[in-house]
Amino acid sequence: MAHADVNFAEASRAALKDPQLRANFRRAMDGLMSKRAVQFADPQEWHAMRALGASVRLRALSRLPELLETLEENCTRNGITVHWASATEEANAIVLAIMQRVDARLAVKGKSMVTEEMHLNAFLEKQGIECIEADLGEYIVQLDQEMPSHIIMPAIHKNTKQIAHLFREKIKDAEYTEDVAQLTDLARRVLRRKFMNADVGISGVNAAVAETGTLCLVENEGNGRMVTTVPPVHIAVMGLEKVVETLEDVPPVLSLLTRSATAQPITTYVNMITSPRKPGEKDGPREIHLVILDNGRSKIYADEELRHTLRCIRCGACMNHCPVYTRVGGHAYQAPYPGPIGKILVPQMEGLGTRGEMPHACTLCNACVEICPVGIPIAELMNRLRAEAVHPDGTVKDAGAQASTVEALVWKGWAAAFASPTAYRMATMVLSTVGNAAPASLPLLKEWTSVRVKPRFAGRTLHDLAREKGIPDA
Amino acid sequence: MPDARSTILATLRAGRDAHPVETVPSDFTVLKDKRWEPAERLERVKRLMEAVHTEFIDATEQDWPAVVRAFLTEAGARTLLYAPATGAGARLHAEWGDDGPELVRYDRSVDDFKEEMFTGIDAGITMTLGAIADTGSLVLWPGAEEPRLLSLVPHIHVALLKADALYDTFWQVMTKNRWADGMPTNALLISGPSKTADIEQTLAYGVHGPKRLVVVVIH
Amino acid sequence: MSTTRPGTVYFFGTCLVDLFYPQAGMAGMELLRREGVRVVFPQGQSCCGQPAYNSGYREEALKVARAQLRLFTEDWPVVVPSGSCAGMMKTHWPDLFKGEPEEAHAVAVAGRTVELTQFLVNVLNVALEDKGEPVRVTWHASCHAQREMGVVDEPKALLRQLANVELVELKREKECCGFGGTFAVRHPEISAAMVEDKVADIEGTGARAVVSGDCGCLMNITGALQAGGKPVQGKHIAEFLLERTHGTR
Repeated sequence: MAHADVNFAEASRAALKDPQLRANFRRAMDGLMSKRAVQFADPQEWHAMRALGASVRLRALSRLPELLETLEENCTRNGITVHWASATEEANAIVLAIMQRVDARLAVKGKSMVTEEMHLNAFLEKQGIECIEADLGEYIVQLDQEMPSHIIMPAIHKNTKQIAHLFREKIKDAEYTEDVAQLTDLARRVLRRKFMNADVGISGVNAAVAETGTLCLVENEGNGRMVTTVPPVHIAVMGLEKVVETLEDVPPVLSLLTRSATAQPITTYVNMITSPRKPGEKDGPREIHLVILDNGRSKIYADEELRHTLRCIRCGACMNHCPVYTRVGGHAYQAPYPGPIGKILVPQMEGLGTRGEMPHACTLCNACVEICPVGIPIAELMNRLRAEAVHPDGTVKDAGAQASTVEALVWKGWAAAFASPTAYRMATMVLSTVGNAAPASLPLLKEWTSVRVKPRFAGRTLHDLAREKGIPDA
Repeated sequence: MPDARSTILATLRAGRDAHPVETVPSDFTVLKDKRWEPAERLERVKRLMEAVHTEFIDATEQDWPAVVRAFLTEAGARTLLYAPATGAGARLHAEWGDDGPELVRYDRSVDDFKEEMFTGIDAGITMTLGAIADTGSLVLWPGAEEPRLLSLVPHIHVALLKADALYDTFWQVMTKNRWADGMPTNALLISGPSKTADIEQTLAYGVHGPKRLVVVVIH
Repeated sequence: MSTTRPGTVYFFGTCLVDLFYPQAGMAGMELLRREGVRVVFPQGQSCCGQPAYNSGYREEALKVARAQLRLFTEDWPVVVPSGSCAGMMKTHWPDLFKGEPEEAHAVAVAGRTVELTQFLVNVLNVALEDKGEPVRVTWHASCHAQREMGVVDEPKALLRQLANVELVELKREKECCGFGGTFAVRHPEISAAMVEDKVADIEGTGARAVVSGDCGCLMNITGALQAGGKPVQGKHIAEFLLERTHGTR
């Protein structure tokens, strides 16, 4: 489901004017970047781990259909019911059907970006089912009726004061406090009751192992374990690319994930789920469901170049290092996935009609490419999407939606001038003589001169000076 | 109308067969090379886990039940949930005595005493399969005998670790013990008490999981 | 790239240098000629094609890139006073020319493309003698120089050879200045926020000049410095090195 009225330019302008937001993000991103650097201080180890991570993801992608079938086979044998959904509407319907069958009124959720793609909470609410986010960051944004602004730290845009006010306002009988330990304790008490009473637990999946039919989840808080162990029914939702071939593939992926995402060698809990409660066992869900969601991924997969988007392990390091994200924050993107991965994934999922500007919200600085733990060539894919946006014969959803006759003509003219030495010489001669007279109010110059002086054309070009100096031409 | 499963698999197959995905061989040397001397392993486990507020106490095969009782008494725990069906559980039952926290048996379905577990239990005790030096993590394989909520719901989790059950890496423990041959319902790595940094990146301990993780190293 | 000293090199000036910073181009060529290298400047050159390539117009980029490729008939290295344009040629020309009749030639030229400071340090091993007055400067590392061409230490190594130059590093040396080609006019407010941060960082060093290897960055940063009435100057490293070693500063 695409967001209506998405206007990144407007949203980013608003964000830039918010000093609190800018300060929050700057401080947060700086901390995340420096801590990650400590985790990967040994360049040899980093390159070896990254190569291993990339190879694991590529191998899984190379056998994706077979691995999904094997995953389904093994999960089913283990007692996990597997469902498939082409679109988010179907996925929501599947989740609802399971919940209605068990007469669920209350669900607790661990953090899952796929469920954000599905807008699951809003959907369930319409059906009269209360769905409480149990991850503290997600709980905070849910209380404030916001979307998460980062895929790992959903409430990163808020500072302690803001959260203190929020808790006081939204939690029954809560005292005002800015003490982080007290705020945390408050959330612990509120959510503990929910875990106890929930009919269904919903989670994502960090990695699904085809070899054994195992779902792997990482977390620090314990809400993931609560949500997948206490309620009688557990529903796990995953994007179809999240499968790995063997159990042995899991340690490198999780190591890269936790060290890139939160700069930890490992999270507090690594939870590997292979079956529902077996006879004789005293806890655990009686039913586990795995919903495998497509939502445009199989189409992305078909493209030789763009399929590398699917290597992503959702660590969020790219957005931590993105100078654009740092300045506008996650909400400006108005998408479940912001930052560099969002800028290549969301246009492919939702189309270049509504999302045609996303690939341009980037200076191609390559900071993300430098730190992506599975080697996604993000800048290349960003550029490819720019081409898709203006060429109707492209293959991405709504290719050519941003095509403009004027723009196309400008570039054709540019190519004609720059590909011909004579034409180029004439053009540069003209620019050198009259270019500086161009008024600052001209389109493009206007944007430039909002904070800079006009660029000055030198009177003579390098061609002129080199010729004069007698520098040989061949 | 074809179902989602057929459509998805057909689309994936067509996409892959038209353009196979280029792979590179996976070289696990970087993980295999992460090794520590046996003597170093425990020190490293302690250092990494203490850095995230894990508590360590030492004991012997003979005295660990008494050590645990003394610790929990001092901590003010009124109840200790345990798994009577395990070897450790049997020893606790036999040696606990009348002082100290009340032993509560986890010998029936959680559904029969959920409210009590969530509100009336201060501590839970489990065994472990060992610990991992690379990341400072305990390895747990809960099961029918030792239910998994023992290490999650009570506010204090006491974990028994044999001093020589130490591994270098997560990769090593799973390959050496051939986990792929048969995974339990739930396998767990636990690396400290529960925590979060969601409030302005300030670390806070004891979110939803246990507030305290106490590792009893049995020498 | 071979580190053996070639007798002759091509110099690819880049369109920004050609139109806005020709002195930087002349300085670059002089630095090479001074070391006894024969420099050839094909008069037919214009642009590496990056502006069109980064706007999604690959056919147009290819047309222009092809016209440049034609000029490199000998197998001499191609020295470029810009990490961004060098990056385009080295990293992207192989993709751009994939399946084209000139593909092999493009790949060969890409393999011989070198950024200027890389060439000065790693191939020519230049030794610089500072004849200028004491000055404090700071260095801005262009994103493409760092991340596509791997140019990290070479420019600073050159600056550090100059005895009277105090190099103070930026707090966020590696952070993008916000130019990004068309990004500066497509997302002017974000670009402005980025260049303002870069300017504040530069001012924080107390440097009299900011030196960079990329004219896109320079145009952006000095444009903002001047609009803010700041006394800090912007200089391309080629010009700066030539001035210091000729004693004109």
